[in-house]
Amino acid sequence: MISLLIYKGILCVAVFAFSLGVAAYSTWWERKFASFLQDRVGPDRAGPFGLLQPLADGGKMFFKEEIIPNVSNRFLFILGPSLFMLTSLMTGAVIPWGPDVIIGGKTYAFQVTDINIGILYLFGVVGIGVYGIMIGGWASNNKYALLGAIRASSQMISYEVAMGISVIALIITAGGTLSLREILAQQDAGVCNFVYQPLGFLIFFVCALAETNRAPFDLPECESELVGGYHTEYSSMKLGLFLFAEYTNMFISSAIMAGFYFGGYNFPFAHEFYNAIGLQEGSWLIALIGFGAYFTKIFIFICVFMWIRWTLPRFRYDQLMNLGWKVLLPLSLLNLALTVVVEYFRGNIHF
Amino acid sequence: MLGYTITQWLFGILSFLAIMFGLMVVFSRNPVNSVLYLVMTFFCIAGHYLLLNAQFLAVVHIVVYAGAIMVLFLFVIMLMNLNEDTEPQRTWLSKIIAAVAGGMLLFVLVGSLKGAGQLGIAQHGSSQIGLVKNLGRVLFTEFLFPFEIASILLLAALVGSIMIGKKEIN
Repeated sequence: MISLLIYKGILCVAVFAFSLGVAAYSTWWERKFASFLQDRVGPDRAGPFGLLQPLADGGKMFFKEEIIPNVSNRFLFILGPSLFMLTSLMTGAVIPWGPDVIIGGKTYAFQVTDINIGILYLFGVVGIGVYGIMIGGWASNNKYALLGAIRASSQMISYEVAMGISVIALIITAGGTLSLREILAQQDAGVCNFVYQPLGFLIFFVCALAETNRAPFDLPECESELVGGYHTEYSSMKLGLFLFAEYTNMFISSAIMAGFYFGGYNFPFAHEFYNAIGLQEGSWLIALIGFGAYFTKIFIFICVFMWIRWTLPRFRYDQLMNLGWKVLLPLSLLNLALTVVVEYFRGNIHF
Repeated sequence: MLGYTITQWLFGILSFLAIMFGLMVVFSRNPVNSVLYLVMTFFCIAGHYLLLNAQFLAVVHIVVYAGAIMVLFLFVIMLMNLNEDTEPQRTWLSKIIAAVAGGMLLFVLVGSLKGAGQLGIAQHGSSQIGLVKNLGRVLFTEFLFPFEIASILLLAALVGSIMIGKKEIN
């Protein structure tokens, strides 16, 4: 019991540190990627290839002057960014990061907790996340911030509907389980869910872009209309938390997409490969290789997120709402109906 | 601990928090604070569902109520920009009438609950009854008719809200 608690504790801290580390280096990679697309050099002063840039940025954020507007609600003003960061880190707890390791007959799962309603937990946490932006934007007592907060909430609510329905189709394909561990495990040595759910993946991807407030859906912080959007009044590390949580969200949603639709830590001919190099099932090396495969997929998704940001211009607000309600929602319903028919003929649904 | 099990302690703490946040909803002057306290109340109620082994219900309660409906409440309140200054002043007469009406409602509720005796909360079945699979099976066999009636009610509400929200043509 105690050893399990210690193990889970270490895993919690590891996932926490890893999410933060990836988010920090995503900011560096985003700038490098943007400079590559725009034929520039990008940050190259701090350390080799500018690798120390995230640390310099973080240090700068901490030492900036902290301004809390006089007429704002002080408690809620501080609560906003904290809540946003908290919820973006909470989602990492249910993701299985690699195959199980067996040491001395004991199985150690590479996952903080396997709850049997993992997908619903994710949706719950994502739904709570919008309060961070709303509270922060409202407590700033600034018209621009309020508009940004209102945009964020309506955007999140609109896109959560299509996202939820596309995930229902995925759950039907995955055999009716809501546990992330089982969804990843049943793609082991089989075909990844993308083959059965290409349309579902596309809908999920667009919704994930909108939910993480990334371009072309970054209307809550649209600087050409709203100055800085919901974080107009924020400075110092509270602004840093808002910006940083966006990168954590991007990392986690990439992990979810890679896990749901592209097999997570599985890869084609994985077992043949492990046999060929003589590794036993449950070896820690297998866990490491699996984690490497998962992280490669996540990295590709993060690159696609950045590629889209530096390629597509921002949507107009009515276009955003039309896309959400008139295109993605009917498409996801169509996808759900098609999935049910296909799964019935594959024999996975019984009446 | 003091003769109570952990479940009883949790029940006590959650009930205390739920009632406290419920009172804060009513007593706070600022509507935005009221909404946030209501969200906290929903979290406490979700905790109660977990104590009853209804994990699915607990999470759906958070997703639907805290994650969607209360966001819309907050949305509307922020758009109308209600605060202490713009709150309409009520006369003493309306306050007295509201207190009498509310008191009578409380009286009726307490009376009906007292007559009902101990409610038989589902002690039958195992701790697995709240899982999605078991809940779905019960919902689509034993309670299919009430389930469909509820969905028709929701559909009617949807159609009604679209009718109200639709722009008048000419």
